[in-house]
Amino acid sequence: MTLPDPSFLVIQCLNGLTYAMFLFLIASGLSLIFGVLGILNFAHGSLYMLGAYFTHQLVSLFVDTPGQFWWAVIFGSLAVAAIGVIIERFFLRPLYVREELNQLLFTYALVLIFSDFARIIWGTDQFSVSRPAILKGAVDILGQYFPKYNIVIILLGPCIAFLFWFILLHTRWGRMIRAAALDREMLGSLGVNVSRLFTVVFFVGAWMAGLGGALVSPVSAIVPGMDVEVIVNAFIVVVIGGLGSFWGTFLGALIVGQVYALGILVFPRLSLVFIYVLMALVLIIRPWGLLGRPLQKR
Amino acid sequence: MSKQDWFLIPIFLILCLVPLSGSRFYVFLATDILIFALFAVSLNLLLGYTGLVSFGHAAYFGIGAYACALLMRKASIVFPVSFVAAGLFGALAALIIGFFCVRLTKIYFAMLTLAFSQIVWAAAFKWNSLTGGDTGFIGVPFPQYLDSKTRYYYFTLAVVVVCLFIIRKVVNSPFGRILTTIRENSERTEFIGINVKFFQLVAFIISGFFSALAGALFGIFNHSVFPDFLFWPASAEVLIMTILGGMYSFFGPVVGAAVVLFLRMQITSYTQYWPLILGMILAVLLFFFPGGIVGFLQNRLTLLRGNR
Repeated sequence: MTLPDPSFLVIQCLNGLTYAMFLFLIASGLSLIFGVLGILNFAHGSLYMLGAYFTHQLVSLFVDTPGQFWWAVIFGSLAVAAIGVIIERFFLRPLYVREELNQLLFTYALVLIFSDFARIIWGTDQFSVSRPAILKGAVDILGQYFPKYNIVIILLGPCIAFLFWFILLHTRWGRMIRAAALDREMLGSLGVNVSRLFTVVFFVGAWMAGLGGALVSPVSAIVPGMDVEVIVNAFIVVVIGGLGSFWGTFLGALIVGQVYALGILVFPRLSLVFIYVLMALVLIIRPWGLLGRPLQKR
Repeated sequence: MSKQDWFLIPIFLILCLVPLSGSRFYVFLATDILIFALFAVSLNLLLGYTGLVSFGHAAYFGIGAYACALLMRKASIVFPVSFVAAGLFGALAALIIGFFCVRLTKIYFAMLTLAFSQIVWAAAFKWNSLTGGDTGFIGVPFPQYLDSKTRYYYFTLAVVVVCLFIIRKVVNSPFGRILTTIRENSERTEFIGINVKFFQLVAFIISGFFSALAGALFGIFNHSVFPDFLFWPASAEVLIMTILGGMYSFFGPVVGAAVVLFLRMQITSYTQYWPLILGMILAVLLFFFPGGIVGFLQNRLTLLRGNR
């Protein structure tokens, strides 16, 4: 086996890190929604896809505005969050009393609906969004070029993670969210409006997915099918890290990102198998994930 | 056959007469429906009867399809042997995968079945020399003595009827009752001295065997096998058929397969947006008919009888 050039290895690590940050954005929303609402949201990948399409659409709307890309990201991801609120309030709420399987399948029905919805509106063409003007160009790392935009993403990921960690641990809303994850009935009897809390959680989760899609638009092509591709990876991330565990999701994203980036170098044919083997191993040895806690009986 | 099953006789007779309509379209559709009916019923042995949500059942279907096609083409083994071997391969895969999966519950069970099916999918996708990879394994012929659509249809009908009969025997046996008990309350079942995991594993293996037979039937019917057979949306599709038809009745999944495939055939001739329609049907059903089509009909029937 010939060893790859070390500088190339570094670049590949950084690519993995960039991918990990996108995965983290999507998976943390997925994990948050599962932790609090107990619903595994298949449509999370669809929300990510919508975030990317909305951003593409809005960038062309804000052509003459300074900072057009950032406005598109903000409004695009908020539009996705609004869709999330509609889903939760009008469709998921009546299903809370039903079996988990019904909720799961409903979110899968949403996957089917959103994927065709996107095909009807945007067709099957590939789109891409150009990077914002200040972040065009690349930085020289050990003689290799690495896009500035990706560096910003790598820095943005941990910032968002810390922000969330702070909100969850040190604010009133954060405390309520953590309490709802443990015992929603008790929280309700303490006088907290649990159904409003659920809506807020879904709003935030959907917003994260939308943000992931919006930010990924300059680096990856916007195509139909990106929803199905990302949702399985997001599942892998939350399963490895631990369903409902916040830092677990971060760790899971880092692992999956690196496995994809380096696996392609070391054993290109096996990297796809390897990631699922990793998922299966974690489930067999430690079903609640690396940093998660065993599921409590309710 | 019990009294309640009288309705099966006319349905069977109609199925026997399908090729006489002279329409290749209906023969094609009926074969498709029969194969997926078998697949959905074998999934339902786990889902409706044992209460285990498998999100990776496409794996056994795909393994059966690949095994039968590969044994026939690459090892030149005669069809009947390849066909049964395909089922055994499915059972073996279910034994290995199920061994790990039954240790987990609920969402973790579903996730692990998904992970394993994706491993099988990735292997089929990347192992070009064996499976043909992305382009699939093309050119699987009909076996010599089944070399027309009509003959193959009758063969499929016979296999599916026999398999459904066996599965029906299984669910009505004491073994089947234990599975239902596990579904209702696995803790209490454990308390009365039943090895829950063992029974779940056996159900898993039986389900894998019949799913693989369905896959083997489909691979030949389709004349080719693709990695897509194993990809997770395929697992979701058969779950949808099962739930749409009704997971708490034996023939619910059969009705679900028939409805989904018939509608797909009809709707795809008008529009390419079949997933959108399926998604909407599924959503409406989950909201208004949580017991599926058969569950809904059974409810109405009991109501009618009660009013008399």
